[in-house]
Amino acid sequence: MIRFLLNRELKEEQDIDPNMTVLNYLRNHAAKPGTKEGCASGDCGACTVVLAELKESSPTPTLEYKSINSCLTFVSALQGKQLITVEDLKHQNKLHPAQQSMVDCHGSQCGFCTPGFVMSMFALGKNIGTPEKEDIQEALAGNLCRCTGYRPIIDAANAMFDDSLYSDAASDKFDRDEQKTITDLQRIREYQINESASLNQGNKSSFNPRNIDELADLYVQYPHARLLAGGTDLALEVTQMHRELEILIYLGDIDELKQINVDSKQIELGAAASLTRCYESLCGDYPDFGELLHRFASLQIRNQGTLGGNIGNASPIGDSPPALIALGAQIVLRKGTETRTLKLEDYFIDYKVTAQQESEFIEKVILPRAAQNGEFRSYKISKRLDDDISAVLACFNITIKQGQVKDAIIAFGGMAAIPKRANLCEQALIGKEWNQKTLEQAVAALKEDFAPIDDFRATKEYRMLTAQNLLRRYFIEIESPEVETRVTAYV
Amino acid sequence: MSNHNTNKMTPEEMLELAKQDLKTGVGRSVKHESAAKQVSGEAVYIDDRLEFPNQLHVYARMSERAHARITKLDVSPCYEFSGVAIAITAQDVPGQLDIGAVLPGDPLLADGLVEFVGQPVLAVAADDQETARKAAMAAIVEYEDLTPVLTVEEALEKGNYVSESHTHKRGDSETALLNAKHRAQGSVHIGGQEHFYLETQISSVVPTEDGGMIVYTSTQNPTEVQKLVAEVLGVPFNKVVIDMRRMGGGFGGKETQAAGPACISAVIAKLTGRPTKMRLPRMEDMMMTGKRHPFFNSYDVGFDDEGRLTGVEMKLAGNCGYSPDLSNSIVDRAMFHSDNGYYLGDATVTGIRCKTNLASNTAYRGFGGPQGLITPEIILDDIARRLGKDPLEVRKANLYGEEGRNITHYYQTVEDNQLPEMIAELETSSDYQQRREEISAYNRNSPVLKKGLALTPVKFGISFTATFLNQAGALIHIYTDGSIHLNHGGTEMGQGLNTKVAQIVAEEFQVDINTIQCTATNTDKVPNTSPTAASSGADLNGKAAQNAAQTIKKRLVEFAANHFKVTEEDVSFSNNHVLIRDEILPFAEFIQLAYFHQISLSSTGFYRTPKIYYDRDQARGRPFYYFAYGAACSEVIIDTLTGEYKILRADILHDVGASLNPAIDIGQIEGAFVQGAGWLTSEELVWNKQGRLMTSGPAGYKIPAIADMPIDFRTQLVENRKNQEDTVFHSKAVGEPPFMLGISVFCAIKDAIASVADYRVSPAIDAPATPERVLWAVEALKQEKSSNQSVLSEHTETTEPVPA
Repeated sequence: MIRFLLNRELKEEQDIDPNMTVLNYLRNHAAKPGTKEGCASGDCGACTVVLAELKESSPTPTLEYKSINSCLTFVSALQGKQLITVEDLKHQNKLHPAQQSMVDCHGSQCGFCTPGFVMSMFALGKNIGTPEKEDIQEALAGNLCRCTGYRPIIDAANAMFDDSLYSDAASDKFDRDEQKTITDLQRIREYQINESASLNQGNKSSFNPRNIDELADLYVQYPHARLLAGGTDLALEVTQMHRELEILIYLGDIDELKQINVDSKQIELGAAASLTRCYESLCGDYPDFGELLHRFASLQIRNQGTLGGNIGNASPIGDSPPALIALGAQIVLRKGTETRTLKLEDYFIDYKVTAQQESEFIEKVILPRAAQNGEFRSYKISKRLDDDISAVLACFNITIKQGQVKDAIIAFGGMAAIPKRANLCEQALIGKEWNQKTLEQAVAALKEDFAPIDDFRATKEYRMLTAQNLLRRYFIEIESPEVETRVTAYV
Repeated sequence: MSNHNTNKMTPEEMLELAKQDLKTGVGRSVKHESAAKQVSGEAVYIDDRLEFPNQLHVYARMSERAHARITKLDVSPCYEFSGVAIAITAQDVPGQLDIGAVLPGDPLLADGLVEFVGQPVLAVAADDQETARKAAMAAIVEYEDLTPVLTVEEALEKGNYVSESHTHKRGDSETALLNAKHRAQGSVHIGGQEHFYLETQISSVVPTEDGGMIVYTSTQNPTEVQKLVAEVLGVPFNKVVIDMRRMGGGFGGKETQAAGPACISAVIAKLTGRPTKMRLPRMEDMMMTGKRHPFFNSYDVGFDDEGRLTGVEMKLAGNCGYSPDLSNSIVDRAMFHSDNGYYLGDATVTGIRCKTNLASNTAYRGFGGPQGLITPEIILDDIARRLGKDPLEVRKANLYGEEGRNITHYYQTVEDNQLPEMIAELETSSDYQQRREEISAYNRNSPVLKKGLALTPVKFGISFTATFLNQAGALIHIYTDGSIHLNHGGTEMGQGLNTKVAQIVAEEFQVDINTIQCTATNTDKVPNTSPTAASSGADLNGKAAQNAAQTIKKRLVEFAANHFKVTEEDVSFSNNHVLIRDEILPFAEFIQLAYFHQISLSSTGFYRTPKIYYDRDQARGRPFYYFAYGAACSEVIIDTLTGEYKILRADILHDVGASLNPAIDIGQIEGAFVQGAGWLTSEELVWNKQGRLMTSGPAGYKIPAIADMPIDFRTQLVENRKNQEDTVFHSKAVGEPPFMLGISVFCAIKDAIASVADYRVSPAIDAPATPERVLWAVEALKQEKSSNQSVLSEHTETTEPVPA
């Protein structure tokens, strides 16, 4: 059984297709058609809903609100959370500030994307007192609008915080009900202590293990199960490729897998920690990793997606692996009671082939702190600046001492069947003088390192030239920091 | 009938109110009629309607081949899935198979031949969509491949056309070119564009007891869906009712393309007697339906030392896809806009309609106009670089002017040319000249990033070029409580049409807009409607509703004059009241009085656009009632190492005549600008060598997101400028014209690239200017610069004048 709050109503669901998305649940089961399907692939944000959950390891319990794509979320992920949709925001027939400001600023035209925008704005309001321009852009980057050109929506997202315009701008009914919601969610959590959550229908099951040991046991029991963390990639197999996933093991209820620990030497990121939380822990040491994560899909995806998932799906165009490889990351894999540690670059073997064995899963990712690395830069190239898949992703970690290259780790995404280091390019640098001549030799070596392909995102020639130019950009940024090199600085 | 609305106000109080202006009439920024429902999830789109217990869901299996004969088609395996009600092929369509909009060529389901990847071959109806899909995929379809034609060049080479070419000709361009002081030639590919309406195509159909259908469909063209549903069923039009409350976006994509799902659903409803629904998943929508026409445009122009065009020859080749659809009118409109706001001199403009094995390209905001209109902008950029002038100077030199320079290449006189004034105003308000200098300075000092600036105008012709379509109807009822029910033939797709038409009716009756209810567009309320297209929605339907309101108002005035024994001039309507010489009544009370005196409180309205005609044989006429104008100044920054870019600032000045609703008009302008910029930057359609669309979802096809809007975005309406023609309250159409303001972004990117070679070479870049295309253009200019450093004068595409 899965228990969650549908707004303020306790739902107990057992006989639900474990492959059912929250979007379909809302529209077809709960008779709540306010949430729209625009793409069913997590790219347009029309289906955005908000999940409120008990904040992890907080002394006095509070709620954390996250916008997510309901089209990419399976029902099992609702366990222990409050699901809030666009229909729930009105209070005593009065629109919520996130709604009224959209009306007042002429932020809806055809209105089909509007529920998604409203929910992203609602989540923004719940997370930030007074947003900066960047906060609004970030909150809404995953919501596409084809009518307005966005200006009135941005106006609305600013106006909704103005309590001279909206009397409940500072505190709404969700704040007033917060204690009740917390109590209800704690009760659900208590149920779960006695009985782990699951869904079953026909030949399909999904399990919500409560701790790593349960997960390890289940995965040994069901070696062909699919691990479901954020589901932002896995759900596409259902919604876009129309596959049936028989056994799902949901990782979101395992607190140990979501922990992030930072000490003086290293940063340990639980495999199921959301990308949003990983971002918070990484942007201090590695500002460029921060910028990369900012452009890593949309906030909705980052709220759901995990570092473990981005590694585990072994995509050649996943954004985090090249950065992690360049920073010398290691991963801890576990099977049953056994664990082993592997350099991340050794995890990727061939297209969608990894070193992961049957019943083995990623437990955590370990990164050295910044002091132990060189100058790190990561550059993402895509057709659209926000919420797009990289044509090329380049990550450079080069240590230069007294004009000499002491060490260089360079990794690329989009240039090969796996996220891959540029070994010859590195060799062309290490031990050499850090100058234009060395740079051009290293640039030339990239042609030996990679043979990229053509696809609809880019031609192989563009990928190669861009990869080379990004090394040139790195050189300029290190040598001539006064030179402007990034249009993203203007976003 | 009870009279429970007792009036509490004294006549003095009422008079005081009546003196005030109506707050929700014409010219006010009234909020979109659906806004409060849209933000709360209460606005009902077709897929949100409650389903019937026995409703079927339909899925159409698409062709996997671009061009092939179907050698085997067996739907029997479909029935092995539990929940499947029926699987149909072309043979099962009871009436006419073809649903071509103007000319035949669009079979509802493939009839032995497939002509693009994505063409519906068969359809299955089942209890749910996933079952229907699985069953449809289980059908056996075998093909014998035929050679596909996938590009415009190939079609041109093979003479593969959906219809005949058409030419506009004024003067003797051949001689003009021979005598020209300078000459330039070039060609450019202009990409297509996916509509990406957020709500995909959808229809829901309920059979009626008369053998007809009620069709709920997301369409811009209810009358045509009515006609086609009737034809595929083989029943008279009066058996079919179309109901269309709102679309989740249209942009032209639901002018003809909504008919397919509606007709398939109707055929299945007929064959099964059950309600049906067909909603296209996003990928199917993108593969099955047509898009903006890609164009391949080539030109040969002559010009003088000022950059002024003296002769122009242009060929505009539209990639129409596999069938005619609306392509004839679309390529015509490209031709009509190949001058934009410029006097071309002696001109020959030919429009070619290429047939390719792609989905049939269709209407999209601007309707071919943008693809034509961008061509002179590219030409003038080229000329400016050749002459070492600022492109704005060359643009200004070429604008339509006084007599002798005010007749288009299709012989319409440009009567109210606002562009010289508007460009001057925008040049000042955007600080064009000062920013030009700042940008030059920045570019000299910035080795990697380069900025670009461009100011481009738009002149867009308003009216359907198929003249008969310029008509509209409306229906108004006033009920005895004074509330008003309004219908018109237009459709609401987010553009605020219902709001504007209601404002017009509110203005006529001088009542608050919240007393007016505009309900779904419905073919049994207002018949024989034209599509809501060509930006004409408010012009046509607003006038028709105004006509209906005025008919009722005339009766009311006559009644009041009679009843109160005053003259008709003594009767006036003002801010929810009716003044009758010394008497004053609240509107509702007056209506009740009229009712008791047996006055008809209901009327239809009708409108047809005057003055317009086009003689296609002569290629001459006045196809447009008037022109709408706009200008935009955009500034961009590009990265010469990667081709990435960002729009830094956009200043827009746009002409909507006397605005019906400034907030809604500004919403149209900003939205159109961003959509136009998207068309020319990140929105790239890519097909593979087999003709399959590879960018078939939002993961691969990138419409502008929030960070793509200009960082600094300033939009102004031209003030105090009424439409000189007698349009509804002297407003102007606004849907399409501002789309082409996005061309300023394309030209600004080119300007930034041109800086790489000191503005001496015009970068050759096709649209859309993706980062990849920008990088290649930068590379080409870098090479040009290095190879021509010493002998710059040797580089020239100039053909020096040939002695006549």
